[in-house]
Amino acid sequence: MTETTTVADPVVVEEAEPKRGYAGQNVPRKEDRRLVQGEGVFFDDVKRHNMGYVHFVRSPYAHAKIRSVDVSKALEHPGVLGTLTGDEVALLTDPFFQISSPPGAHLKDYCLAVGKARFVGEPVAAVVATTRETARDASELVEVDYEPLTALTDARQALGDNAPVLHDEAGTNLTWEGVYEWGDLDQAFAEADRVVKISELHFDRFNSTPLECNGALVEFNRGTTQWTIITNNQFPGFAAIMMGPAMRVGIDKLRFVTQDIGGGFGNKITSHPQLVACCLLARKLNRPVQWTEWRTDFHLSMSHGNERWFQDTEVAVKDDGTLLGFRTTALDDAGAWLRYEPLGGVIWAQVTPGMYRWRNIRLDFKQVVTNKAPCSPNRGYSRMQHLWFTERVIDIVAHELGLDPVEVRKRNYIKAEEMPYETPNGCVYDSGDYAKMLDSALELVGYDELETRRAEAESRGVLLGLGIGSTLDSGTNNFGQSRLINPELQFSGNNEVATVKLDIFGEIVVTLGTTPQGQSHETTAAQVVADILGCSVDDINVRAGHDSYWNTYAGFSGTYASQFAVTGLGAVKGATDMLAVEMKKLASVVLGCAPEDIELADGFARMRENHEAALPFMALGAIINANNAGLPEDLDVTLNCRYVYRPPFQPPDVERKFGNLTLTYAAQVHAVVVEVDPETGVYEVVDYAAVDDCGVRINPQIVEGQVMGATAQALGAATHETFTYDEDGNLLTPNFYDYHVPHALDMPPLKTGNIESPSPFTSMGTKGMGEGGGAGIHAVCAALQDALRTRGNPIVYDSSNPYHRVWELLSNPESSRQRVSVEPS
Amino acid sequence: MATIPVVTSQVVSVEVNGTAYEREVEARRLLIHFLRDDLDLTGSHVGCDTGNCGACSVLLDGTLVKGCMLLALQADGATIETVEGLAEDEQLSPLQQAFSDHHALQCGYCTPGMLMSATALLRENPRPSDEEITRAIQGNICRCTGYWNIVTAVKAASGQEVTE
Repeated sequence: MTETTTVADPVVVEEAEPKRGYAGQNVPRKEDRRLVQGEGVFFDDVKRHNMGYVHFVRSPYAHAKIRSVDVSKALEHPGVLGTLTGDEVALLTDPFFQISSPPGAHLKDYCLAVGKARFVGEPVAAVVATTRETARDASELVEVDYEPLTALTDARQALGDNAPVLHDEAGTNLTWEGVYEWGDLDQAFAEADRVVKISELHFDRFNSTPLECNGALVEFNRGTTQWTIITNNQFPGFAAIMMGPAMRVGIDKLRFVTQDIGGGFGNKITSHPQLVACCLLARKLNRPVQWTEWRTDFHLSMSHGNERWFQDTEVAVKDDGTLLGFRTTALDDAGAWLRYEPLGGVIWAQVTPGMYRWRNIRLDFKQVVTNKAPCSPNRGYSRMQHLWFTERVIDIVAHELGLDPVEVRKRNYIKAEEMPYETPNGCVYDSGDYAKMLDSALELVGYDELETRRAEAESRGVLLGLGIGSTLDSGTNNFGQSRLINPELQFSGNNEVATVKLDIFGEIVVTLGTTPQGQSHETTAAQVVADILGCSVDDINVRAGHDSYWNTYAGFSGTYASQFAVTGLGAVKGATDMLAVEMKKLASVVLGCAPEDIELADGFARMRENHEAALPFMALGAIINANNAGLPEDLDVTLNCRYVYRPPFQPPDVERKFGNLTLTYAAQVHAVVVEVDPETGVYEVVDYAAVDDCGVRINPQIVEGQVMGATAQALGAATHETFTYDEDGNLLTPNFYDYHVPHALDMPPLKTGNIESPSPFTSMGTKGMGEGGGAGIHAVCAALQDALRTRGNPIVYDSSNPYHRVWELLSNPESSRQRVSVEPS
Repeated sequence: MATIPVVTSQVVSVEVNGTAYEREVEARRLLIHFLRDDLDLTGSHVGCDTGNCGACSVLLDGTLVKGCMLLALQADGATIETVEGLAEDEQLSPLQQAFSDHHALQCGYCTPGMLMSATALLRENPRPSDEEITRAIQGNICRCTGYWNIVTAVKAASGQEVTE
């Protein structure tokens, strides 16, 4: 196998460069044929002889001491194969590695609750039985003696004198804090004409609720002491780093296998605790075990999006709407455990100024733990919360100063000619033209006719409003940013792997390190390979899914954080370029010419000047693999090429909290028109435009599909989706009855547009995309505030605005207005 | 202290996609688990356990049902159609082809149920309007696409002109 690791040189792609081959075409998806026939293989489709079914016993209390766990009655139940308890786990495993610096570093997190339960739905024990139903029945026979404790459900009370402390080891609920300050705040506020103060804004708790819940089929090979974990975990690289040390084994003992995954959106990154429990059970019971999370279990326990309060915000602004800077405190509710947190405490900083040119920023990030489900990545992870805040600030400032939010945006947007643009904290926005995107979005929703439409709506007794959400989807993480959380961490950079080989009958076989969940990696990878090798996209076999034993695996392998178009395709291109060189070299030996004389076209390696002198790919594959006697000894060709893509990052400056945290910045500008019934608060989205810029698009139809999906999820979060808890810590929306995701009838008419600003920093001009920045949430908030201006000018202060909250704003606008004041500088 | 129900079982005979099956199943077993776990027809999926998401939708004697809302016993003697039966001789149905053509699926998890709902619609209403399509798939949740392309695909499969 030929292997190369190189740092990708930035390639400048001219915007006018003509498209060729498959790149840029709507090539039909390779994944579809199996998926539309029900022939996909999702983890729950896989069966093994004698496998047992796992059911977790979960805490009914938000906060309780566990006095004892008695599994004896469950074990007596017919069909039960075994159990696992916290006491066993504490003996067999070590606590998971904590990303946080102290005090968060002191948390003792195991795969089952040990000594104490800290949220409703936390796994306390596990039962394995011969059927799903029996396992569930028997779990009710496990007797857990709890001593209920006071639950902490409001982050704002986490630091009060009377607040219960969740983790005695940490000694406080404030598990991580970081003060970020760039520029000169004193100067900015001295220069300002006005200071707009906003006492409190709230970003609500929800997640993307992929339709397939988490799970795994786990087998233990007693002879080799290796586990095979057939799972839908979407970041096996991270899971391995978490699981190996906890289980006291090297990560080579953990084989992660995936074919199809039923949606992820970040919510399937932190299933490592349950996977550890399954591994322990497979070894203990000496049989394969299968765990399929129930929908309610998912809602209760898995990867909620970060809930965040922005408190005591002050914005320095000139009378003409020029934004000079802001200071705020971000109080982040992480839930009960830090499973991926406190990375959210730095990831927001990838988009510190949003799309705007303000240079003076101070943000005090405080993360606290509460008796709620642990937070972990959710589409738009941590940037979405921060971008919602910056977008809210823009609209509130504009309205309070009597300015047009469109004009304030245009005045303050980073300009196309300023790209690449270094933000106050050292991130480099690679390319983009935000003002042009805004113009495009406004045109799509008929902005010119807005006032006419507003008047027409008024005549119907309806309030009409326009809102804009302008956001960034930062992609390809520099994991060095974790050092801003904990300087002791030894992570930096990023990587992804692909292999491309030419096999004995001419098969071109591609393997990826990624774990796609609908992002069409098989298709786009094939497009890139076919263009380089000069053959049909139908000739490219991209292996479905992921297998960490394929040798297509690096520390950061997985599918998360908007990066495949850069890291994944960067690796595919690198490996294919290597293979092309080897194919030409081999053909030149056979045909007796120089490698430079060979071209790859139409499935042949042929002489440029004489197309009759040609070898089909099959001949090349056969020669190297099965007929290689007589080849020159120094012919360094394997036709099996592995490439590790590594973006050009430096570790950030920990002291200044300064550095480039992500490689690319896809941009979204969404515009929405809503109509509100002033009597009830019921509102409807009547027009919606989503304009996207993710650089070069390999497959525009697939890109547009991602834009649509992100839009739908944002609309769900803006209007109905919420993980609401009562004061005892019970989740009130534990299923799809109570947690209302958008259905087909909820969708507004949608117009999409795009511009293409190639990234100067990636090998194909692509940018990672797919998460969006939650632009729809911000746009709906802005539109509601605009619509309600004539009704007492209420302030939209929450990211979640179900009808009753809009009704409250209409009924009592003064209450919301108390959050805002404008003072002279 | 929980009480555990007495488990009884019964023989269930069904015809699924033209093949006859007879299995002894627990009385409490859901139709969707019978199809997936006992008959190994894993094309239909489970997404919610509460009848909301429609990933388990199948046709039971020609009527669209959610496989998690029926016991296997209730299907005794029935003729069932699932996603595995939509293509004929390796040839995708027009609906399946339209889903691919119009990028109406991403992860593909909701797709089998979505296809069964749309199949039921087109049998009753060969040229549905956008509104009728939207109502027909109201019981199917998709978290990837936002439904726009699904509506387009169903319309295209019915032979009507669509705008991309």
